[in-house]
Amino acid sequence: MHGVITIAATEIRIGLRNRWIILSSLILLAFALILVLLGSAPGGEVKTDAVTVVVASLSTLSVYLVPLIALLLSYDAIAGEIDRGTLQLVLASPVSRGSVLVGKFLGHVAVLAIAVSSGYGIAGLVAFFANGAGEAVALIGVGRLIASSTVLGATFIAIGYIASASVRQTGTAAALAIAIWLFAVVLYDLVLLGGLLASQDGFFARAVFPWLLVFNPADAFRLYNMSAIDALAVGSNLGGAGSALPLSGLATMLSPVAWTAIALGLSTVILKRVRP
Amino acid sequence: MTEIVKARNVGMKFRAVEALTDVSLDVAPGEQVALLGHNGAGKTTLFRLILGFIKPTAGSISIAGFAPGSDAARRVVSYLPEQVAFPKMLTGREVVRFYARLKGAAPEDVQAVLDKVELVEAADRRVDTYSKGMRQRLGLAQALVGNPRLLLLDEPTSGLDPLSRQHFYELIADVSRRGCSVLLSSHGLSELEARTDRVAILRKGRLVADGPLAELQTQADLPIRIRVRAAAGAVGSVHAEIGGGRINCASVELCCARGDKMRILSKISGLGAQVEDVDVASPTLDEVYRYFSNNGIEQVQRGDIQCTA
Ligand SMILES: Nc1ncnc2c1ncn2[C@@H]1O[C@H](COP(=O)(O)OP(=O)(O)O)[C@@H](O)[C@H]1O
Ligand SMILES: [Mg+2]
Repeated sequence: MHGVITIAATEIRIGLRNRWIILSSLILLAFALILVLLGSAPGGEVKTDAVTVVVASLSTLSVYLVPLIALLLSYDAIAGEIDRGTLQLVLASPVSRGSVLVGKFLGHVAVLAIAVSSGYGIAGLVAFFANGAGEAVALIGVGRLIASSTVLGATFIAIGYIASASVRQTGTAAALAIAIWLFAVVLYDLVLLGGLLASQDGFFARAVFPWLLVFNPADAFRLYNMSAIDALAVGSNLGGAGSALPLSGLATMLSPVAWTAIALGLSTVILKRVRP
Repeated sequence: MTEIVKARNVGMKFRAVEALTDVSLDVAPGEQVALLGHNGAGKTTLFRLILGFIKPTAGSISIAGFAPGSDAARRVVSYLPEQVAFPKMLTGREVVRFYARLKGAAPEDVQAVLDKVELVEAADRRVDTYSKGMRQRLGLAQALVGNPRLLLLDEPTSGLDPLSRQHFYELIADVSRRGCSVLLSSHGLSELEARTDRVAILRKGRLVADGPLAELQTQADLPIRIRVRAAAGAVGSVHAEIGGGRINCASVELCCARGDKMRILSKISGLGAQVEDVDVASPTLDEVYRYFSNNGIEQVQRGDIQCTA
């Protein structure tokens, strides 16, 4: 336990001083502010609360940026430390490999939570006050977005560890991380859309598509946020397909949570076999 | 007294590569042992076995009676790898504090080891501002924290300038005086500057020598070089009397076996005023090392040139 806390605290320190993490957090903040300003532009038709609109667009931003920041934090965690000789030092001291991974995970999730809450928190507050202090309920939406983005990030941090523990070079781990991001966030949805278009009898759309949608943690995250802010009022892309989803509401987030647990378990198993 | 490291007939095979073959080595408490060998001789492999990162494919190892890699064994050992790059964004103190906590060392230990390696002033600067010597000292500080009973140092002085190297060995001598065993590797004897109690030499994964330096010198029995400077005009008669080779118009040089040394020296002193000065050079550490690491097959150079007659 002592080891877990020590490792987590050091990862937080390193993460908060990592210029790539700082840069990507600033990009997140900048995008969030741009969306806020566009969302609250005067003359826009204000059907729903402006903050709610902003939360809807921010959740789309999250789907792309949060997994990217997460993988940026985690791809180096094992392979890079073996490369630099520091994992050997940690493993020469009396801490278990499981604690090493859990410590890193807690530290990285904390860094990501800090990045997301500062970006979305600032943007949310700006939207809130720019509209002459809207309903306080809208701020709960911001909180929900921050919490679910952190869960999404945790999933990709854990998946990044699998990549990092499976290869010996940092460069290979980085390439794997980019491939994972590209597949989960961009290609997966395109493939699903292709499937929808190709299946004429509608079997795919009815029986397979909803499961595949929930299976992907990034899509599950999107579904959750859309359902939470009443997707009909804002309109959405994939979520509005009208299919009966196997999971709904908060239960949709079971997908990223399950992915996190499986990925952490798997990377621990792989790390136990690493011979530094 | 239990040995800190006890390796018995250890073999390590990586698929086709036989990195270590039948290595038996003991390290007693407080003993300093230098592990020498060319690149690829198996030094790092032996360290990884002692740390329990890999398991031997033959033989056995125990660390203070515990299995390598067990929690009990890891509490005994500290390690400094051949190459280590600490996180650039952290300060020296943060790095040492991190490892101190992992090892369960007392917080005041951090300041003590920083003081010992003379990094107190730089301790709150980021590691990326450190020179190579400072980084190596930081690595040592990290290894010293928590009072380990065994220090494993993998080529700790390669790439250091002579002054930093000397300083490094003084630090290590200091810890071993306090009862910590030290096993350090190096690829040359001369780097050690005769500072360790014992020397073990690995050649292609086999232990070819293991003993105190003086003993190895005797075992190698390399010729001793004697240079005699003759008085003016006497170089011819000195040469005729003691043999060897003339190296310039005033000096004669000859090599002899260890056992012949005194006989020849007394002969030289018998020449009286004909001799102005005598210089006796024992084989250098490098020559002794080369003898063992080539297994005596290749003649050591000095023997080649001057001692064949
Ligand atoms: N993981 C490994 N897989 C295959 N061969 C290895 C591995 N580690 C070391 N070796 C081989 O074992 C031998 C000894 O290596 P090493 O212990 O690193 O030598 P040294 O540290 O003395 O330079 C070398 O021939 C090296 O190529
Ligand atoms: Mg080596």
